[in-house]
Amino acid sequence: MTGVQAAGSAAAAGHAPEGDGVSLRFAPLPEHVRTARLVAVALARRAGVEEGLLDEVRLAVGEACSRAVGLHRSAAPGEPVLVRFAPPGERFRVEVADLVTGGPVPKQDEGGDGESGLFDPSGVEADMGLAVLRGLVDDLEVETVPAGGVIRMGWPVHQPDYS
Amino acid sequence: MDLYLSTRHEGDRTVIEVGGEIDVYTAPKLREQLVDLVNQGRYHLVVDMEAVDFLDSTGLGVLVGGLKRVRAHDGSLRLVCTQERILKIFRITGLTKVFPIHQSVEEAISATD
Repeated sequence: MTGVQAAGSAAAAGHAPEGDGVSLRFAPLPEHVRTARLVAVALARRAGVEEGLLDEVRLAVGEACSRAVGLHRSAAPGEPVLVRFAPPGERFRVEVADLVTGGPVPKQDEGGDGESGLFDPSGVEADMGLAVLRGLVDDLEVETVPAGGVIRMGWPVHQPDYS
Repeated sequence: MDLYLSTRHEGDRTVIEVGGEIDVYTAPKLREQLVDLVNQGRYHLVVDMEAVDFLDSTGLGVLVGGLKRVRAHDGSLRLVCTQERILKIFRITGLTKVFPIHQSVEEAISATD
């Protein structure tokens, strides 16, 4: 799989259908992360997330997707990354699922500021991605499930824009 | 939007002007540029981020990597950034304590440790 697929429900991922939510599944390639960010912002705007929070949605969904892409590339390059946007409701809810079994990303020693050793960009980035998510999103759950991991995020909704 | 980079030398300082989006897809270009400069013996770098629209942790990782490389040669890596949405990412990761962040390229060029 090398492309991006949009599906009308999350049923394809083996989860219960979620009404009129939106699912996006994409090959674990870095170039698709931007597409996921664009979709997230478009749906957040439509769902009624206030303008000042859209940058946060963009960054958070991007971080979660980048992390999933990194995990898949190292352990499951043939499997797609899945992003689920819940149907319109009281909050704008997004789930980013990876299918990489084996729990959370191994921790590095520090935030990359050390003087010793070689720079390991993948490790620093994976760790920093979670640091950004934790610092950025109040409504955040990072869960490890038998089939991989799920990052759940939510934002308040004010005035939906269905124009 | 892609990433664009332009480089110029000001004495022993090198200014890298970065524009567009720095993410998991484009960050390798920036990494390559920083590595090339250090390999050319340019150890005092100023990264001008005023035209950056988007920065994620992959970009932060590349900047930290650049900092480590120049520090290995007693060099420096200074950032120019006044955009609140970009500064916020440095703040929540604690990297404002790691990078000197300046208001303008002129200020960064004339700064000394």
